[in-house]
Amino acid sequence: MTSSLLGRPLFRFVKDGTRIQFMRGRFLGLGVSAFLSLASIGLFFYPGLTLGIDFKGGIKVEARTQGPADFARIRQALAKNGVTDAGLQRFGGDNDVLISIDQPGGKDAGSEAATQNLVDKVRKGVSEAQPGATILSADAVGASVSAELFRNGLLALGISLLMILAYIWFRFEWEFAVSAVATLILDLTKTIGFLVITRFEFDLVMVAAILTILGYSTNDKVVVYDRVRENLRKYRSMPLRELIDLSINETLNRTLGTSSTVFLAALPLALFGGHTLAGFAWVMLFGIVVGTSSSIFIAAPILLLLGEKRLRRDAQKPAARGDRKDKATPAA
Amino acid sequence: MMYYSRPKLAAVLGVCLLGLLLCLPNFVRMPGASIPWRQIHLGLDLRGGSYLLMRVDVQALERERLDSLTDQVRQALLKNGLGYRDLKAGNGAVTFQPRSPDETARDLQVLNGLQGTVPHEFSARTEADGRLALVLSPEALRLRARDAVAQSIEIVRRRIDATGAVDPTITPQGDDRIVVELPGVSDPDRIRQLLGTTAKMTFHLVAEGVSPNGVPPPGVDLLPMQDNPQQKLPVYHHVDVDGSDLTNASVTQDPQTGGPAIAFSLDSVGAQQFAAITRANLGKMFAVVLDGKVITAPVIQGVIPSGTGQITGRYTSESAHDLALLLRAGALPAPLAVIEQRSVGPTLGADSVRAGAISLAVGFVLVVAFMGLFYGLFGWFANLALLANLVLMLAVLSLFGATLTLPGMAGLLLTLGMAVDANILINERIREEVKRGRTALASMQAGFERATSTIVDSNATAFLAHVMLFVFGSGAVKGFALTITIGIGTTLFTTLLLSRMLLVRWYALHRPATLPV
Repeated sequence: MTSSLLGRPLFRFVKDGTRIQFMRGRFLGLGVSAFLSLASIGLFFYPGLTLGIDFKGGIKVEARTQGPADFARIRQALAKNGVTDAGLQRFGGDNDVLISIDQPGGKDAGSEAATQNLVDKVRKGVSEAQPGATILSADAVGASVSAELFRNGLLALGISLLMILAYIWFRFEWEFAVSAVATLILDLTKTIGFLVITRFEFDLVMVAAILTILGYSTNDKVVVYDRVRENLRKYRSMPLRELIDLSINETLNRTLGTSSTVFLAALPLALFGGHTLAGFAWVMLFGIVVGTSSSIFIAAPILLLLGEKRLRRDAQKPAARGDRKDKATPAA
Repeated sequence: MMYYSRPKLAAVLGVCLLGLLLCLPNFVRMPGASIPWRQIHLGLDLRGGSYLLMRVDVQALERERLDSLTDQVRQALLKNGLGYRDLKAGNGAVTFQPRSPDETARDLQVLNGLQGTVPHEFSARTEADGRLALVLSPEALRLRARDAVAQSIEIVRRRIDATGAVDPTITPQGDDRIVVELPGVSDPDRIRQLLGTTAKMTFHLVAEGVSPNGVPPPGVDLLPMQDNPQQKLPVYHHVDVDGSDLTNASVTQDPQTGGPAIAFSLDSVGAQQFAAITRANLGKMFAVVLDGKVITAPVIQGVIPSGTGQITGRYTSESAHDLALLLRAGALPAPLAVIEQRSVGPTLGADSVRAGAISLAVGFVLVVAFMGLFYGLFGWFANLALLANLVLMLAVLSLFGATLTLPGMAGLLLTLGMAVDANILINERIREEVKRGRTALASMQAGFERATSTIVDSNATAFLAHVMLFVFGSGAVKGFALTITIGIGTTLFTTLLLSRMLLVRWYALHRPATLPV
């Protein structure tokens, strides 16, 4: 019967009443996470992020040639036009060539103008080397703009983290806020490590990807925390460790369900979004996996470490605990 | 919770229908020419075009003002019989050494008597080393910069309009910047050249007898010739006729060489000045100076009363055309420098639209299929709400006349992926309540109630992060932040109101004893 096919859920990620003891592996989880994050920080210093022109300044011209791109001829023609330090690279098909030049100078008017003029030289060089070539895109970012974009990008990241900290603090207790933000910072470092390894360019679009990951990851933690808070009221005498395990298990189907839908939404971007969005989408996919697992393996253990004494004691004295937001429903 | 009044029902459905109506103009031609239907604009990265970020050279503005102030100081001192040494401009002030310390008081009096272009434009003071300084106030400079940006925008608009570019947008940004967006212009080179020229034309007498080598006497500048920058011409600093008095400029033919030349005419004030100068200086050289370079310096053959003239030089028909255009549009108050340019050709734009549309379609289908399989009937309710969500997002974007960029399309898709989270939360909660042995009605009620605060909390944090991105981001990334922020709003509406209403109506119609969860 088709109606029953559409009418009832076809599958579940975990069975009802699943009770996995995640907190038993808390030190393993924290250890692996710390190792990965430390390794990522190492990668950040060496070899470091591949900065895109948004943040580095310079020129990026994408051209599509008729017939395969002939690098030697293009290089020669560029040199004839006075462009000697261009990097050439294929992207997409054989006909697509990416020409990039690092920022040539400082922030004064002269070097800014020189940066902008390079674009015309590159355009000219490409059309001389390969007649009929079309310029897909041409960007030039001056030194003053790139410095500003970089600063603004970092500001957006930093302020977002602070606001998330403040919001969770306001809605929960400080233990929740601190463990959430600590976890987010661990997520962030791993994402940076991923960027270094994959050599995706770090630019404004990447900052957008990272902020989206932070938003998603916070969302995931808030759901688990919400359940922890509820259970703290419901099970007054349960040890925090068991209580956190219970909360994670109860929300496990939701956690996996939501990460699946977000993953399914981001996947086509990585596969069909074109090279402009591919980096963004792969970082998103990585971030979804990291964000989902960190809710269980990192944020919850940190909460356990921070709150083992405090949260339980508070919960045993309900009068001292301002029942701020939730109308606690008595257990059925 | 389990009951919706008819007006409330009608309101929610009404919003959805309104949304559908608002996003229709993006897909079909709407009837009623008088109704201002709004559409989503495609960003430059999708339709192809150029983005130029330019900076007004505020320092040049300051330099120029200090130069004229130096002249003013010199003349005022001379008029009052006061002496000075080492009169110079720099560091935001005009400074000089008084002839003797006794004259300081009178010097200050003269300086304080000078008229600025705005009240309190500058102030006079004595420096520690006995020099006197006339200091420009930063406030006055800022005012001047703001005026210059406003004027520049006007002139930039005139110049761009003259090139025939369609739908350009020109907007100020910050204190000293101008953003120019040119849809459909994939090679902004010519426009960049046009905007990079100040086109300040002035007429000066040539200081004949002054050697073009060595240091010129005060009041005389050595200016390079446009056609041959190595060759310098001594020209009086004083501007005899200003190009801002031009009423027209057009391309014409040089009667001698047959090559292109520019004919110009001056307004009545300029024409009178021109006549007076030519009458008084017959047989002398008169230099036409454009942006600090001498274009031509003909000998004055006779009195020119009409205020019309011709500029000849080595012009191609295109460069003559551009110069005429620039002169007609007027000079920029200060040089403009392009500090960022981004251009996308039509090929890549079309590719991106296709890539974005395919991703959006595939992603939507995947999420819908997942929800249908994972939750069955309740999943399909969620999918209906999801469709409404997409419609409403497009409607809000249309209503704002917002710009959709490629990252913006990614934002739409990710919003859809995140939006079903609210339905998942509600469904999981209902399921839990059912497993605890509650009745269908009680389970649904508890599910809605308990899930609401979680939904609000989780969306609030994502909202905060993307507002920050909108504030600090730029260009296409702003489009991403905008769609996600709008998406969070429509998600709250479709999940907290619409999909809940669907469930409630379904329950009211069927009154099932068990829920299909």
